[in-house]
Amino acid sequence: MLDSVIFYFFAGIAVISAALMVTRRNAIHSAVFLITTLLATAGIFLQLRAEFLFIAQIILYVGGIMVLFIFVIMLVRLDVPLPQIRSGLQKWIALFVALTVGVEAGVVIFLARKAPGQGLLIPNPAPADKLPPNTEELANSLFRSYLLPFEIASVLLLVAMVGAVVMAKKRTEAP
Amino acid sequence: MMPIGHYLFLSLALFLIGVIGVITRRNVIIVLMSIELILNAVNINLVAFSRYFGDVAGQVFALFIIADAAAEAAVGLGIIIAFFHNRETVLADEMDLLKW
Repeated sequence: MLDSVIFYFFAGIAVISAALMVTRRNAIHSAVFLITTLLATAGIFLQLRAEFLFIAQIILYVGGIMVLFIFVIMLVRLDVPLPQIRSGLQKWIALFVALTVGVEAGVVIFLARKAPGQGLLIPNPAPADKLPPNTEELANSLFRSYLLPFEIASVLLLVAMVGAVVMAKKRTEAP
Repeated sequence: MMPIGHYLFLSLALFLIGVIGVITRRNVIIVLMSIELILNAVNINLVAFSRYFGDVAGQVFALFIIADAAAEAAVGLGIIIAFFHNRETVLADEMDLLKW
C-alpha cells in the first residue's frame, strides 16, 4: 500500500515535469523541469530498493550533467522569441510516431501481463527486509563479473573528456 | 508489492515524451535533454526488472547507461559550443553546413 502511494507520487511528478520540459519555451525552465524528472526517478529507484543508483542518479545526473547543461544554456544566446516548435508537418509526424510506438508497446505490455505461463509472469520479488545490502551486491557484481566493461567505460569517459575539450576550445588560426 | 507493468508503463510514458521532444523541438540543447530523458526511462525498466528477478546485473547496466549519458552530454555540448562559435545559433534548422 505504502509502496504504491510512493510510486504514484513520484511517477506523477516525473511524467508531469517531463511533459512540461518538452513544452516550455525557455531552455532554463526546461532544464529545471528535467532536473525535477530526474529527482523523481531517483525516488522511484529508492522505492525499488536500489540505494546506490539513487545516490548515483542524484550526484551524477543532477549534480553533474544538468549543471553542464545549464552552463551551456547560459553560454549560448538562445532565441526565445523565435518559434521553438518546428513547423506544422513535423509536429504531426512526431505525434504519429509517438502514438504508433506508444500503442504498440502499450498493447505488448498489456497482453504480456495477462498471458498465462509466459510473458511478464516473473518470479515474486524478495520482500524488502530480506534483500542483501545493495551497494555491497552492486560492487561485487561490478568488480567481479563486469570488470572488463567497467574498464572500457572508464576509457570511454576519458575519450569523451578529451573530445569535449578539443571540441569546445577556441580555434586558433594555423600559422 | 507493485506489479511490474506499472513501471513499464511509466518508462514507456517518459520514453514517448522524450521522442516527441527530439522530433519537435528546434533548440538542439533541448533535443539533447530529451535524449537524456529517454536514457533515464530505460534505466527505470532495468532497475525494475533487476528488483523483480533479484539479480543485481540490471543495476550494473543502469550504472553503465548513466556513465554513457555523461559522456554523450559532454561531447554533445562540446559540439554545440563549437557550432555556436561558427554560426551564432543553436537552432537545428540552421545546421546545414554539410547540405548542398
